[in-house]
Amino acid sequence: MMQALTRHISPGWLLVAPFFLVVVAFYLGPLANILWLSVTDPEPGLGNYEKLVESDALARILWTTFRTCAITTVFSVAIGYCLAYAMVHAHQKNQNIMLTLLLISFWISVLVRTFAWLMLLGHNGLVNNGMEAIGLIDRPVRFMRNELGVLIGMVHYMVPYAVLPLMANMQTLDPRVMAASRNLGANGVQTFRRIYLPLTIPGLVASSLLVFILSLGFYVTPAILGGGKVLMVAEYISVQLLVTLQWGTAAMLGTLMLIGVLALLWIMSRFMQLSAVFGGGATR
Amino acid sequence: MAEAAKGGLSLTGLTKRFGGVVAVDDIDLEIQRGEFLTLLGPSGSGKTTLLMMIAGFLDISAGDILLDGASIKTVPAEKRNFGMVFQGYALFPHMTVRQNVGYALDVRGRPKAEIEARVDEMLELVQLQDFGHRKPGQLSGGQQQRVALARALCFAPPVLLLDEPLGALDKKLRIEVQDQLKDIHRRVGTTFIYVTHDQEEALSMSDRIVIMQNGRIEQLGTPTELYERPRTRFAAGFLGKSNFLDLDDGTYALRPEKIDLAPAGRINGAARLSGTISDITYFGAMRKYMVAVEGRQPIEVDVDAWRNPHELQQGQAVDLAWADHAAVRLDES
Repeated sequence: MMQALTRHISPGWLLVAPFFLVVVAFYLGPLANILWLSVTDPEPGLGNYEKLVESDALARILWTTFRTCAITTVFSVAIGYCLAYAMVHAHQKNQNIMLTLLLISFWISVLVRTFAWLMLLGHNGLVNNGMEAIGLIDRPVRFMRNELGVLIGMVHYMVPYAVLPLMANMQTLDPRVMAASRNLGANGVQTFRRIYLPLTIPGLVASSLLVFILSLGFYVTPAILGGGKVLMVAEYISVQLLVTLQWGTAAMLGTLMLIGVLALLWIMSRFMQLSAVFGGGATR
Repeated sequence: MAEAAKGGLSLTGLTKRFGGVVAVDDIDLEIQRGEFLTLLGPSGSGKTTLLMMIAGFLDISAGDILLDGASIKTVPAEKRNFGMVFQGYALFPHMTVRQNVGYALDVRGRPKAEIEARVDEMLELVQLQDFGHRKPGQLSGGQQQRVALARALCFAPPVLLLDEPLGALDKKLRIEVQDQLKDIHRRVGTTFIYVTHDQEEALSMSDRIVIMQNGRIEQLGTPTELYERPRTRFAAGFLGKSNFLDLDDGTYALRPEKIDLAPAGRINGAARLSGTISDITYFGAMRKYMVAVEGRQPIEVDVDAWRNPHELQQGQAVDLAWADHAAVRLDES
């Protein structure tokens, strides 16, 4: 019996079997349960999914989520690109200082950061008071309880995540390639546009994917800085779970997010090797 | 394709300091247009630093660079119009061979038809006509090297700088590419400035060689001059092999292949030294004998393997002889 088993399965699998079982029991199991809930609660069928087309509110929430995440991604990656460029091309000593500062920002909880923005962006916050004091504005600007506030909070949280894949990508570039471009008569702008930027596309894709996927699950920041006016999927799911107790709808939205993320990864994998995108060996 | 009416460079008092370290130390050098000049030296001798200053990638600490009489000290790298073949080639990995080769003309905004025609011409020059649509990653090392050469020559630069371009190739391919390089140099007539630490490359290709050490020019001359008349111990040891003999009036350099070797008492002419064979190594074309001489460094003698009339054995007593002009007296240093 044992022999028959090992003939078909490499004995190496036996070593990882306990961990495999833990993953199945505590991760894949509940995940399957959610899939199951989405088609059985409150009654069997695709009723939950029909709400997607029937309910305007749901469609609006999904659109808000998508738009917020897309804008967050664009700004985070753009800022992250500049930071990564500065870090990669800085002097070694400065590079270490910059990397430390970047990593410190990872340690500060999203809740703390969001409340910090609350202090800064409020009507009597530092930003409004400061701008009034130097005469830039004469009435406080509404930075909060709207989409702008949510975006500021989310971009701020996401920039460090955007930096890391870009840095990993930029560090693999051969500086001689850029020198060759200049030697052949290309100025700085041409070299950046025609050589540097194309060579950092894998980093841009990885960074965008990472930021977009993480943004989809944002809960605290939209809830606090959006002041209930910017309802994103994560917050809506929590309301369904805890307030209206419509677990079927929540499960359906969760499933939708999961499928959305997997679909994104699949589309990307058609264009490039995902392992290369996430740093598994430089593409040449 | 005699398009190089320009390309004479003169370096005057050229110096590069990195902090307190002097990498290139007050170099004066005239480079003729159309010349194949090699900068030869060990790593750290300043040869690459010198090349990077000529290319415009490094600022000059002191001195000047003149191209056909006009200073180019303040001209940025992209405006110097010098072709360059980089160590490791530095091809653009995301572009095809054709795009790589045409890049210099493309960024100068030349018309498409002109670029295409010129790229065809260059690919023919380096015999890569069939590889235009491949990416550099799909080419062998030797082919990449030729793409780099075509790319650097495409805009007809007056000067081509080559930074150890054959370093990544295996030995057999290197000799083949040396011949191609020499041929291309003859055909385009551009001034070639070639950096290498490989003395065989330097000897076989150059019109003139600059031997560098510690940021200074150790000796400058044609390959024959440098090989036959080395002035310093370093020049004699770095370019080819040399025995060094301390005689009454100074140190002499003596090439191993210029020494006659015969069993004791049977040498033609007067024996200059006597000793015993301590080691014999066979290289196919020649045999290397190490001869232990009382009170001196062991002396290396290279003999064509087919002329081994005496069938010399290890441990045998031998006499050594050489012509007067074979031993070259070195400057004291």
